[in-house]
Amino acid sequence: MDIVFVLEQALTQSIGIQAIIYCLAAAGLNIQFGYTGLLNFGQVAFMIVGGYSIAATVLSFGGSFWTALVVGIISSLILSLILGLPTLRLRADYLAIVTIATSEILRLVVRSVALREWFGGVNGLNGKFAAQFYALNPYQSGIGIGPINFSQNDSWVVTVGWILVAIVILITFLLTRSPWGRILKGIREDEEAIRSLGKSVYWYKMQALMLGGVMGTLAGFIFAIASQSVQPDSYVPDVTFFAYTILLLGGAARVFGPVVGSIIFWFLLVFIGQTLDQTISAGYIPFLTSTQVGPIRFIFVGIGLMCLIIFRPQGIFGDRKELALDGR
Amino acid sequence: MDAKTFDIDEVQNIFKNVEQKPGSKKPDPIILAKKVVRKFGGLTAVDVDHLEIQRGSITALIGPNGAGKSTFFNLLTSFDQADDGKWFFNKEDITKISPNKLAQKGLVRTFQLTKALSRLSVLDNARLGAKNQIGESLFAALFKPLWIKRELEVTKQAEDTLAQFNLLEKKSDFAGSLSGGQRKLLEMARALMLKPEMIMLDEPMAGVNPALKQSLLGHIKNIRKKGTTVLFVEHDMDMVHDISDWVIVMAQGKIIAEGPPSLVMKNSDVIDAYLGSHHKTFLTEDGKSLATDET
Repeated sequence: MDIVFVLEQALTQSIGIQAIIYCLAAAGLNIQFGYTGLLNFGQVAFMIVGGYSIAATVLSFGGSFWTALVVGIISSLILSLILGLPTLRLRADYLAIVTIATSEILRLVVRSVALREWFGGVNGLNGKFAAQFYALNPYQSGIGIGPINFSQNDSWVVTVGWILVAIVILITFLLTRSPWGRILKGIREDEEAIRSLGKSVYWYKMQALMLGGVMGTLAGFIFAIASQSVQPDSYVPDVTFFAYTILLLGGAARVFGPVVGSIIFWFLLVFIGQTLDQTISAGYIPFLTSTQVGPIRFIFVGIGLMCLIIFRPQGIFGDRKELALDGR
Repeated sequence: MDAKTFDIDEVQNIFKNVEQKPGSKKPDPIILAKKVVRKFGGLTAVDVDHLEIQRGSITALIGPNGAGKSTFFNLLTSFDQADDGKWFFNKEDITKISPNKLAQKGLVRTFQLTKALSRLSVLDNARLGAKNQIGESLFAALFKPLWIKRELEVTKQAEDTLAQFNLLEKKSDFAGSLSGGQRKLLEMARALMLKPEMIMLDEPMAGVNPALKQSLLGHIKNIRKKGTTVLFVEHDMDMVHDISDWVIVMAQGKIIAEGPPSLVMKNSDVIDAYLGSHHKTFLTEDGKSLATDET
């Protein structure tokens, strides 16, 4: 077994493209769930909007890559409005039901035969739709820091990705220390109390949903750009729940929660997967085959998550005392 | 906000000429409610024909459990929707207004089940009450220099208010770590941060220990002295006796009596409503045993 290779892989993935995508998605959930208490179980819907906006605008409608980004953000805001208008006046659980249903509806719409002309059906959209993005790549070759190596294209995506993460985290920090953030936290604790103090709870919830949704859309952008393809079946509801796992791992309502959560999540996932792969191919575990590694590593992640909830329910950055206070 | 302040004699003079009957006219009503009806299925929870609340007074709303007091409170503050009726605040129709707009207009309420925001500090709880905060808009919030000046003013105001309620030394604690009585105080302090013209307190004394009760009574009198009208629901008859200028009695959704506290308790309709028609016991002697929770 080659432990050095396993560690190299795990370290690379822990700051790689997947980690960035999930970090952005979790940062959106942090605003919505962590600070405002909105249960958005359809964050992947915003990623679909991001990914398909780029791919379809460029490939199916012949727009430029930069127009596509604007289309993506605007569509994301419209999706927030559609989700929020009917549900934000109701109890929190209704938003959860509507969002998870919407994410599946959107996935089935883009994979439908009727819309194949624009969204490519089951095969999705594949082509060089992010060429204008890669044209700006300043790297002549891939970058490597010690054991971590990225290809030329990945280097550029990772650089832009982490800059985006930094901006998103900075915005989260600036907003949550402001009076605006104070209202969000108040809504999380008791929205009727906030209403009785003369604040328009509905509008603040809508703002949180929109802001978190845009962050999810940014995750969708990176996802689509990195592989230059969008596949409907990579936007299953699991994606949302991995993002929640990452958020809880790092600590909800903590500025750096999504970043640290995402890095650790992807390190462990790859580390476990590679270790299993190596030990199986070396013949140490005779009753497993390497095709089973994919699902099995999630079993380990599940066990890890259970341990987290039992022994450190507040996440890595959370404050146990705060969690012990009963909300109502 | 009305700058005029009131002392007790003045208010009692106002009430001298007010008829002691349900729905009586007041010289300067801040609240006027007409034919307010709220039904829950077959049960008529509230059926108030006419009600006026005098500006600058402390008015108590009492009645046995299930009389519809809290429901009536919720209707007036738009936290519940009425089936029929109209009501006015400062002669302005507020029947269809949203609760947050009403609070901004100067009618603020507290809740029977205290709504302290547990995972926010006591200071943040108080600061949330302040009006006109620039930093509460999404884009201004990003730039601290835009809102820091107002934030410092708000913090000063919050600290002053908390000091009045003996909560200043707790300002950095989570509100969830406060006792039940302290949460009542915090909720009242938070409501006062809006500098309301009228405050409606839903059972301010429930779960408050006797020592704290005295200081709470003082606070409520102070609120009135500064020109704020107070309407409160309460089961504690001592409190009603002690601080209210006028008492309105509800039973089975209707207003059955109005009058000054000393007289209204002797009203035979009121005694009947509380104790059944065969009872002759004077109400205040027995007041404490009536103080049960209606949740």
